[in-house]
Amino acid sequence: MDTGAESLIPFTGIGASVRRKEDLRFLSGRGHYTDDISRPGQTHVWFLRSPHAHARIVSVDTAAAARMPGVVAIFTGADTAADKIGGVPCGWLIHNKDGTPMREPPHPVLAHGKARFVGDAVAMVIAETRQQARDAAEAVAVEYEVLPGLASMAQALAPDAPAIHEEAPGNICYDWHIGDEAATDAAFARAKHVVTLELVNNRLIPNAMEPRSAIGDYDPTTGDHTLYTTSQNPHVIRLLMGAFVLNIPEHKLRVVAPDVGGGFGSKIFHYIEEAAVTWAAAKIARPVKWTADRTESFMTDAHGRDHVSVAKLALDEHGTFLGLRVSTQANMGAYLSTFSTSVPTYLYATLLAGVYTTPAIYAEVKAVFTNTVPVDAYRGAGRPEATFLLERLVDVVARDTGLDRLEIRRRNFIKPDQFPYQTPVALQYDSGDYFSTLEMGLKAADWAGFEARRAAAAAQGKLRGIGISTYLEACGIAPSAVVGALGARAGLYEVGTIRVHPTGSVTVLTGTHSHGQGHETTLAQLVCEQLGVPFDKVEIVHGDTAKIPFGMGTYGSRSLAVGGSAMVKAMDKIIAKAKRIAAHLMEASVEDIEFEKGVFRVAGTDKTKAFAEISLTAYVPHNYPIEELEPGLEETAFYDPKNFTYPGGCHIAEVEIEPETGHVRMVNFTAVDDVGRVINPMIVEGQVQGGVAQGIGQALLETCVYDGDGQLLSGSMMDYTLPRADDLAPVSVATHTTLCTHNPLGVKGCGEVGAIGSPPAVINAVVDALRDYDVRHVDMPATPAKIWSIIHGNARRVAAE
Amino acid sequence: MYDFDYHKPTTVADAVALLAADPDAKAVSGGHTLIPALKHRLNKPTSLVDLSGIAEMRGIRREGNALIIGAFTRHAEVASSEVVQAAIPVLSFMAAHIGDNQVRNRGTIGGSVSNNDPAADYPAAVLGLGAIVHTSSRKIPADEFFLGMFTTALEPDELLVAIEFPIPEKAGYAKMKNPASRYVMAGALVSKGPAGVRVAINGAASCVFRQAEMEAALAANWSPEAVAGIQQPADDLNSDIHGSAEYRAHLVTVMAKRAVVNAG
Ligand SMILES: Cc1cc2nc3c(=O)[nH]c(=O)nc-3n(C[C@H](O)[C@H](O)[C@H](O)COP(=O)(O)OP(=O)(O)OC[C@H]3O[C@@H](n4cnc5c(N)ncnc54)[C@H](O)[C@@H]3O)c2cc1C
Repeated sequence: MDTGAESLIPFTGIGASVRRKEDLRFLSGRGHYTDDISRPGQTHVWFLRSPHAHARIVSVDTAAAARMPGVVAIFTGADTAADKIGGVPCGWLIHNKDGTPMREPPHPVLAHGKARFVGDAVAMVIAETRQQARDAAEAVAVEYEVLPGLASMAQALAPDAPAIHEEAPGNICYDWHIGDEAATDAAFARAKHVVTLELVNNRLIPNAMEPRSAIGDYDPTTGDHTLYTTSQNPHVIRLLMGAFVLNIPEHKLRVVAPDVGGGFGSKIFHYIEEAAVTWAAAKIARPVKWTADRTESFMTDAHGRDHVSVAKLALDEHGTFLGLRVSTQANMGAYLSTFSTSVPTYLYATLLAGVYTTPAIYAEVKAVFTNTVPVDAYRGAGRPEATFLLERLVDVVARDTGLDRLEIRRRNFIKPDQFPYQTPVALQYDSGDYFSTLEMGLKAADWAGFEARRAAAAAQGKLRGIGISTYLEACGIAPSAVVGALGARAGLYEVGTIRVHPTGSVTVLTGTHSHGQGHETTLAQLVCEQLGVPFDKVEIVHGDTAKIPFGMGTYGSRSLAVGGSAMVKAMDKIIAKAKRIAAHLMEASVEDIEFEKGVFRVAGTDKTKAFAEISLTAYVPHNYPIEELEPGLEETAFYDPKNFTYPGGCHIAEVEIEPETGHVRMVNFTAVDDVGRVINPMIVEGQVQGGVAQGIGQALLETCVYDGDGQLLSGSMMDYTLPRADDLAPVSVATHTTLCTHNPLGVKGCGEVGAIGSPPAVINAVVDALRDYDVRHVDMPATPAKIWSIIHGNARRVAAE
Repeated sequence: MYDFDYHKPTTVADAVALLAADPDAKAVSGGHTLIPALKHRLNKPTSLVDLSGIAEMRGIRREGNALIIGAFTRHAEVASSEVVQAAIPVLSFMAAHIGDNQVRNRGTIGGSVSNNDPAADYPAAVLGLGAIVHTSSRKIPADEFFLGMFTTALEPDELLVAIEFPIPEKAGYAKMKNPASRYVMAGALVSKGPAGVRVAINGAASCVFRQAEMEAALAANWSPEAVAGIQQPADDLNSDIHGSAEYRAHLVTVMAKRAVVNAG
């Protein structure tokens, strides 16, 4: 076959910045989201939510509401209880220090007996229109006996605090630990310096652009249930909701997650609204639709972070890290959300070695119930908390011991020849080169020239600071057997089906889910690369349990490392089978068939067959090895990763503070990340920039605030500071690659590095800018008011002395 | 939103009659404060009286030593008006910095001033320039117009029709924005002209107010240094999750200083 034209076709394989093919649809308003779906005969639900953080539900009177125009049905916690509807389950069992299981109180679909946070659903009112449902919800009379709201962990842990759940006295979910305590104590005993830092990881509200939405549909003639939902993992929802909540077997339950407008973790979890609409649709035999308004999003989407920690680092006289001790309280909120329990344990404490050779680490984590929205994974999930703690601590160590902050990092880095590196907190890193990412970062950020920029800023009355974070994270959570032993209640493999059509075009069915990441482009590039099929002949299908054999969805930057690897395995099978067909057609032995760039060749000859010729033969098997091979060319592979992947790198932030107002301006941000092999550099750049924007948001702007009674004060865009374009700086992104050694693509993951690495870089820069004000630590976010009061308070102290 | 009736009168008199006839009716101008409140069901008017069809409420004109701006003038129109830019540039500057493009293309000066949000921009211009508010029945000097948080001298069936701004010799405005809402956290409008030397502070307290000490200082010496040492007492200032009263008190001085710089 003539391949002379090939050079004219733009390269679309691994390494090409192919434009995102989904963007035309999204940017021209043609995305198809859950709320765009309307089912025939559809009704609408309005959830009546508790206005109290903690209250006994004395009675719910729906009589007046039921008579309101358009009302179809009203259900309360008594109805779900009567139907024996289960609670929404938690996906990860954590054990206490003493080996006993965590306290796992039920999370009822509709609150029954008690409401435990502002926003807890007390009744669902279904009507012909959303407006009617909302009107009727206002006519539902609920009598509450208000109980003291426990808005903070300090309140919940107070000795006389009431129990939010009877099942969890003291409001403790678990008291867990990891690491070798005796070895850590010994390290501290022989330390020259011990540096202690107390810090808070501020609670965040995710705010995906698309609010959550769910439609339940039911066919009474077949008993088939369908749920359309804004989910990052439809198969997981099917499993959790079908098996644990509603008792619907998989073959009678289809879950569709169409275009989803951002998730950042908040759309991983199985939410009560999904179960409620699916259940109610069957009860009334009509479709039931719910879409959150922004206020509901603020008060019901799982929040993120919310840790209070004390960290202690032991060092010898050379600044070598000897031991690390961390004690953390993690807020679970009112109920255990799907992956809540794993975030402050296996996704956090296992990361406390960071990029350093600290030989002894001991961490203990207490998970606490409060009367707040459930807290769960949010972009980075656990790793941002570990990174902030560690990278702040290292800067404080430098300050307290007088060592240079770069020098102390270099001195303790894991060296390139130490991989694979076994940490004292369970993980084994396969690859990385922290020296190279550091050097590249320093150069790109012109670290050496900073003092001149600082002096120039000072001449303008501004305080300029520079900060660094040399971070590491873990993606593609794995392997199933290990996480199972640690309490995970699901496998963590991924599934890919490669369906080669007769004319050689390819449909990929992937169990991962794209909600902004660009999978339709990146995953197609894998097919171009491996099968030599042109980009426009590849279609990626995801998000429907009726189409995709199985899958675990997208979170923890796993799609490429795990989902992409499953595709590679399936494509290996395609090639193996195709080679046998090619061998038959070219009358050669299969061992002699080579495959490259879409062409099968008998080695050492000019006998070739194009990929499309083979696929056609597979489906039109006129001349075909029918005795030994089935027709068709479709393969499915399950890939269970051997280990996590470990992206890492160096983030450098430069800020300028206006002392008069305390306003911190981001002036520059540099990210040099090792995300393993880069499939699409443009998408990686975008993912890193987006993550950095969220990291800057956490560091400078965002924080969720409840008042002492558990009312959400930062419950709208007027009160919660999401980053805007002018809050950010130019974010320069570069990559330095060491390949992942245990997956076939060598990829590590890039979805979360930005949000994980950046917050400590920003705060380190803020603290550096405040060099002259005797500041050791600033908790996030570094708002103008906070910075002003530091400058103002310290200046006053100096004046008074 | 709850259901309501909708009217679109073409004269001020008809609009006033509609409001007078129904105590639960509400005027809607640009709708950028009222409509969000309705969407949140914080307000349940029986009917809305849309002011957008009333020609008498529109237009920007100069009359002698004053600028008259119709109530139904969008922020974007004030920002881009050459007449305003020539006569009272600080008004254009202020309008250009209200909210975002969408807000500026819908929100109106009459709506903003009638609403008297403590964190709004325009009330500082009205008070700080010593304007006269023309209503459907009378003329109210700025000093008597703003009564308290979201409260003005307007009667329920009285409409703001136009605002008459005396043209100052110098005027400047500066504000610190609330990081989340980008409304005013503390702002100052300073002016010197036919209405004397005036300093209006917005954002910091429950209602826009005049800072007498700064006015006296600037009357004696029109310079940023004159106000730099004056401390606003924090006692009656706002305090919220974005800033304490002390912080706002401090910002009042900083913004007043900057406003004088901006006034040139
Ligand atoms: C996202 C956003 C950001 C914003 N940021 C800012 C900001 O930074 N600074 C700022 O100052 N404002 C800000 N605003 C408010 C905006 O400027 C509003 O448009 C303005 O406050 C109200 O004007 P309106 O024409 O929209 O009034 P409407 O919403 O129509 O009316 C407001 C109130 O005034 C009454 N009313 C209206 N016109 C009259 C009249 N002629 N006579 C008597 N009563 C009347 C109405 O009945 C209603 O009670 C923002 C608004 C939004 C949505």
